[in-house]
Amino acid sequence: MVDRIVIVGAGQAAAQTCETLRHRGYKGSIVIVGSEPLLPYQRPPLSKKYLAGLLQRDRLLIRHQQHYDEHCVETRLGHPAIEIDRRTQRVRIDDGSTYAYDALLLATGSRPRKLSVPGTDLDGIHYVRSVEDVEALRAAMEHGRRLVVIGGGYIGLEVAATCRQLGFEVTVLESSGRLMQRVVCHETSEFFAEEHSRRGVRIHCNAQVTSISSHADSPRVRSVLCADGTEHLADLVVVGIGVEAVDDLARAAGLECSNGIVVDAHCRTADVFIYAAGDCASQINAQTGVRLRLESVDNAFQQGTTVALNMLGERTSHNSVPWFWSDQFGLKLITVGLNLGHDQIVIRGKRVTGSFSICYLRAGRLVAIDTINNPKDQMVARKLVGREFLPDANKLSDPTVALKDCGAFAAMAQVVQ
Amino acid sequence: MPLIRVLDRDGIEHEVQAGAGLKLMEVLRELDYGVSAICGGMCSCATCHVFVDRDWVDKLRAPMSDETELIAELTDATGQSRLSCQIELTDAMNNLRVTIAPEE
Repeated sequence: MVDRIVIVGAGQAAAQTCETLRHRGYKGSIVIVGSEPLLPYQRPPLSKKYLAGLLQRDRLLIRHQQHYDEHCVETRLGHPAIEIDRRTQRVRIDDGSTYAYDALLLATGSRPRKLSVPGTDLDGIHYVRSVEDVEALRAAMEHGRRLVVIGGGYIGLEVAATCRQLGFEVTVLESSGRLMQRVVCHETSEFFAEEHSRRGVRIHCNAQVTSISSHADSPRVRSVLCADGTEHLADLVVVGIGVEAVDDLARAAGLECSNGIVVDAHCRTADVFIYAAGDCASQINAQTGVRLRLESVDNAFQQGTTVALNMLGERTSHNSVPWFWSDQFGLKLITVGLNLGHDQIVIRGKRVTGSFSICYLRAGRLVAIDTINNPKDQMVARKLVGREFLPDANKLSDPTVALKDCGAFAAMAQVVQ
Repeated sequence: MPLIRVLDRDGIEHEVQAGAGLKLMEVLRELDYGVSAICGGMCSCATCHVFVDRDWVDKLRAPMSDETELIAELTDATGQSRLSCQIELTDAMNNLRVTIAPEE
């Protein structure tokens, strides 16, 4: 029987596992061990409202100390776990204390990928992952108003938008041919590039950063240099070139890791007592059959729930359709599903209206959708995407036809009920 | 600090002293009523759906179009449906009564 649960990592997945365990009546002990000093908090506002100074730190917390106290959850924060002894089923933390577990969740999250060019150790170069990172960035804003963002993904663009709204001169340097290249299609990239440009953000794609220079008399950043010889003057640099799984503990404990901690559909590793969830977990996605590591709140939430249920003996699988969101200049981009291997794109609505969707089809099935300021499509899509829904492309391209009326579920689908 | 009355999914009523200035969702999430609020209050996930008591429907600030559009797609939506992340608590909301909607 499971009576002692240890959760390593104190983010969204940890909070959700903890919540589900207690909600389902689990009475044993729960310990959350976190390397950051804060209780589990929401990261999405960090690059938006929190960076803009529009949200107090306290309101980032998913739940407050009183909640954990009332639910008898021990929190050991500011203490990274340093070792898992699988034989004795104990986790050791940095102050030498150890916690025995009957079930262990590794929810260690991800960390920013570091830029490796000369000059990255200069003052004024920032990453955006934690509250601490954002507070450091905010404090550094006194150094000037020229910001260069390296990386045109979600984080980079959100920081660019927030800082532009704060009055910064902003330049985004993206190494690939277009923005958010890893997650959205050409059309969506182009729309966001235009929207950023229209608001005065300078976007440079195919920009290969080669080094960062400093002032002659100080170790502060002065400019970012690119392979094509261009130089972008900067008082501040934000690097947002992706994240990598924090899987060091799992690796050291001999658990299989490959772009994340390898888990099965139950979020369980090959060690039956150890689970992983959230940004650090690599799992086969139920819709595509592809092994993936997803970086999203929704994924952390769903996997966190799955872990709790399995720890309590319910053999449930995680198979929900993932969704992701970004907010740039008030333009809400919500992607439902994964567009991997799509062979057709259908645009619903006109870009100029600022509210439209881009549907991704594979073999006639709706596999993903990017909705831009389009809550209706987004909400409906969550009931259609990944469920063998076969839309008619002509109807799909007509935004006056409701998304659910654009097609039908394939007869063999399990969702015909 | 307004007093909020919350009817949970088991039909049990709770009284909650809530901080003015917070979103109703933030208060509900902290308690054990099963409000997931996955998106954290950006009016996207609709997992903080509540039914506001009839008397209160018109007293609250009317929903924006995105909230209305999301609610329209919820299976259990009624004329009293609101997303609690879009309700900012004020002292005038003393005795506001809400029911947590079933999970979608």
